[in-house]
Amino acid sequence: MLPAIPTEFTPWASLGGGILIGLSAVMVMALFGRIAGITGITAGAVASGDRGWRIAFVAGLLAAPLLWLAVTGGFPQQTVSTDLTGMAVAGLLVGAGTALGSGCTSGHGVCGLARLSARSLAAVVTFMLFAALAVFVLRHVFGGVA
Amino acid sequence: MMRPVFGFLAGLIFGLGLILGGMANPLKVMNFLDIFGTWDPSLAFVMGGAAVTAFVGFRLAWRQDRPRLMPAFDLPSATQIDGRLLGGAAIFGIGWGTSGFCPGPAWVALPIAAPGTLIFVPAMVIGIVLGRALK
Repeated sequence: MLPAIPTEFTPWASLGGGILIGLSAVMVMALFGRIAGITGITAGAVASGDRGWRIAFVAGLLAAPLLWLAVTGGFPQQTVSTDLTGMAVAGLLVGAGTALGSGCTSGHGVCGLARLSARSLAAVVTFMLFAALAVFVLRHVFGGVA
Repeated sequence: MMRPVFGFLAGLIFGLGLILGGMANPLKVMNFLDIFGTWDPSLAFVMGGAAVTAFVGFRLAWRQDRPRLMPAFDLPSATQIDGRLLGGAAIFGIGWGTSGFCPGPAWVALPIAAPGTLIFVPAMVIGIVLGRALK
């Protein structure tokens, strides 16, 4: 859990980032005919079957901060929780939850909504609600003690 | 040879979008989720920009008989909203809210090598494999 330190509102950079994510999803659809869901791509990269392009996609994700470093001279700014037990549990929850729920922020949130899928809309509303609830409980009920 | 090359490019563009949009920073993600606290609505612009771009682009892509590098489109066909979908989404939401990481940003953050990320990503991959096995 992270303390409630404000971050700068960045509508234009965020909109630009969103458009890049959308373009990548369109590339995956036009070239591979598939949903650019990171959970599905991760699962496909570690499982058998058509792994090649999925492993390459994950490699592309890993290369992004290195290219950012090469161009701007620094890694992207980030603050990550130092509670390692909490991060291990959260990682398990994120992995298992997205696998059971058949998608995450990209698969349901970007691609599913773009396909006007009612299933994806239900998933997005649910994970946003529970994520906001988790933050509310940790920051405002327990006061960020964890 | 074309598939890995374009797969890599798509992943790179996706990752740069996450960084530019601010999603590679868990603190910004948590602030987006903290409506009653230090709310930062920026990530609504990431999701909105991505979904609208994909909405238009998908319809152009679907005009092709088949995707350029594969024999056919392969899209999810399930339509039922069941307990597994909603339960999985709820579990994911709790993990997302407590860490500030969803799967894409976690991969992107990995080379920056914060200790929390180095723990989170392997746990996430184990979770995905376990979740798939449960399904």
